[in-house]
Amino acid sequence: MDPIVILSAGVATGTVLFFAALGEVFAERSGVLNLGVEGMMLIGAMSAFSVANSLGNPWLGIVVAMIAAGLISQIHAYIVITLQADQVVSGLALTFVGTGISLVLGEGLSKAGTVAQIPALSVPLLSQIPFLGPIFFTNQSVLVYLGYLIAPLAWYYINRTRPGLHLRAVGEYPSAADALGINVFALRYWYVFVGGMLAGLGGATLSLAVSPGWFSELTTNGQGWIAVGLVIFAQWDPIRAALGSYAFGALRRMILDIQGPLTLFGFDNPFYYNSYLGFFLQMIPYAFTVIVLVIGSREAIRKRLGSPAALGVPYIRGERGK
Amino acid sequence: MKKFAWFLTLAAVLAMALSACGAPAATEAPAATEAPITTEAAATEAPATEAAPAEPFRVAVVMPSAINDLAFSQSMYDALMRIQEEMGGPEAFEVVYSENMFVVDDAAAAIRDYASQGYDLVIAHGSQYGSSLQEIAPDFPETSFAWGTTADTFGQPNIFAYEAASQEGGYVNGVLAATLSTSGVIGVVGPIEVGDAKLYVDGFKAGVAATKPDAVVNVNYIGSFSDVALASEAATTHISAGADVLTGTAQMVVGAIGKAEESGALWFGTQSNQTSLAPSIVVASQVYHWEVALHEMLALIEAGTLGGQSFKANLANGGEVIEFNPDYALPDDAKAQADAAIQGIIDGTITIALP
Repeated sequence: MDPIVILSAGVATGTVLFFAALGEVFAERSGVLNLGVEGMMLIGAMSAFSVANSLGNPWLGIVVAMIAAGLISQIHAYIVITLQADQVVSGLALTFVGTGISLVLGEGLSKAGTVAQIPALSVPLLSQIPFLGPIFFTNQSVLVYLGYLIAPLAWYYINRTRPGLHLRAVGEYPSAADALGINVFALRYWYVFVGGMLAGLGGATLSLAVSPGWFSELTTNGQGWIAVGLVIFAQWDPIRAALGSYAFGALRRMILDIQGPLTLFGFDNPFYYNSYLGFFLQMIPYAFTVIVLVIGSREAIRKRLGSPAALGVPYIRGERGK
Repeated sequence: MKKFAWFLTLAAVLAMALSACGAPAATEAPAATEAPITTEAAATEAPATEAAPAEPFRVAVVMPSAINDLAFSQSMYDALMRIQEEMGGPEAFEVVYSENMFVVDDAAAAIRDYASQGYDLVIAHGSQYGSSLQEIAPDFPETSFAWGTTADTFGQPNIFAYEAASQEGGYVNGVLAATLSTSGVIGVVGPIEVGDAKLYVDGFKAGVAATKPDAVVNVNYIGSFSDVALASEAATTHISAGADVLTGTAQMVVGAIGKAEESGALWFGTQSNQTSLAPSIVVASQVYHWEVALHEMLALIEAGTLGGQSFKANLANGGEVIEFNPDYALPDDAKAQADAAIQGIIDGTITIALP
């Protein structure tokens, strides 16, 4: 029960959730709800592992994973943006499409054995910082550091740049954005693509760094859905998405540390001797999510934050506003 | 652009259709199911049945995970394939299967489907299918059913039950683990504390305790048979707590084996032979040979008994075999200790006390 070990592992596993959640933040900020994250992550995990296995280069695997998941996301984009179909239904269908394709193309990959992984390293000076150093900057995968960089950049992009303003405008009030000459359709396609690429990056992080390997649909095992939930938890904010993902990862890991040993703080460990209590422990990350959500929504009401106003609503040019 | 868009939609529809078809896969196309009816022969006074070749024995099996999961489902599939080979191929012994039936309702539909197609034996390979089978079996009194792992036939005349004494192989693995561990800390990655998994883990703990009483066995039941990522996290948890030997049971342990290999910790497998996953660290696997139970069932079905009995696979009857990894250099004294444990369990000098 070393808090540093738990938090450090939480950051590593949370990075998977963070990439996927950040992608969903971009898509939803542009007004498109994409519930296909799980399917896109599987596509990413499968193609990254497959490329790393056949070409021996994990970096190329990451690139291919992002492109593949981005392309798959365009099915959803076409259905909901151009055809203006229901976003929930199409997103759910995308999950099945992604799962199906990745299972077919990934057939036989589970026996591929070990492949070249994304390397892990420690940052020279930063890892010396007491407490924070060993958690964030010691022996982490390069992709984890990438996450540290992307989170503030994404926040800055959305909140402080002109393209970010366009993104928010398209998600909040598309007809006004359209009147200003912003191409609502093109931007929505683009941000769904970005969301797909980031989900693919999340999947690749899973199969090439966090829990290396391809284990059919068990590879993600529902993490895409947790990422979708984290977006609401994060109030569509990249920094909050990162913190929430790391906290969720750490809680998942803490449960294992609580349950495993024979003694806990010098006492007989009740969770070791009564394994059924483990189900109670496994509830904790989700209970934590609900609690933060309740607190967060009060704050959101006070600050008039919340979901993008046009989220889930297809934009039809020339239609009278409500 | 329009054409490309149509192509995308078409691709989406196709992909959905593909994934929908994915679940119930069937092998071994029914070869010569219907014997050629010899009408001309019947015209003469010679007995007509004599000329017709024997009908194949037809088996259908419904499994929770994939046939190549290197764990529970594969153990049954491999056993059926071995029997098929003994009996002379698919012409004599036809096997069809439905894999990845994590959803019990889907499995129940498949079981009923196979029964109504007239299979001679329908195997529900998963204790979670029990209550479904209890309702289905009375509707097909001519069909024989088998389910496991359990000893409960529900008192019905056409249900066989089978189970494995997993604690026996667990004990042997535990003896070896305790002998090979230098740190004295051993980690176990379990799914949910029920049935086969609980027996294995309890047997493993007993084996360690009997060999090295001061060794620490940390156990994690991760609450899932399918969460590979969590299983790999559980393995890292054990390794950071100092474990240098790991074991685990159920199909999600593939994630844990990868982590063990990364850090050079040893691994003990169960259910199927897991050596191929990490040849450098897997020491031994307890492998289920369900054909021990299946042979008896087949003999009984031939004789007209369709169920009502339960079978147990264990070390003594060859239903469980400890398969060592030939590429792992196991010290002779450790091997001797394992062999002594196996012999002791078989002849009854070692009794495994379960909590």
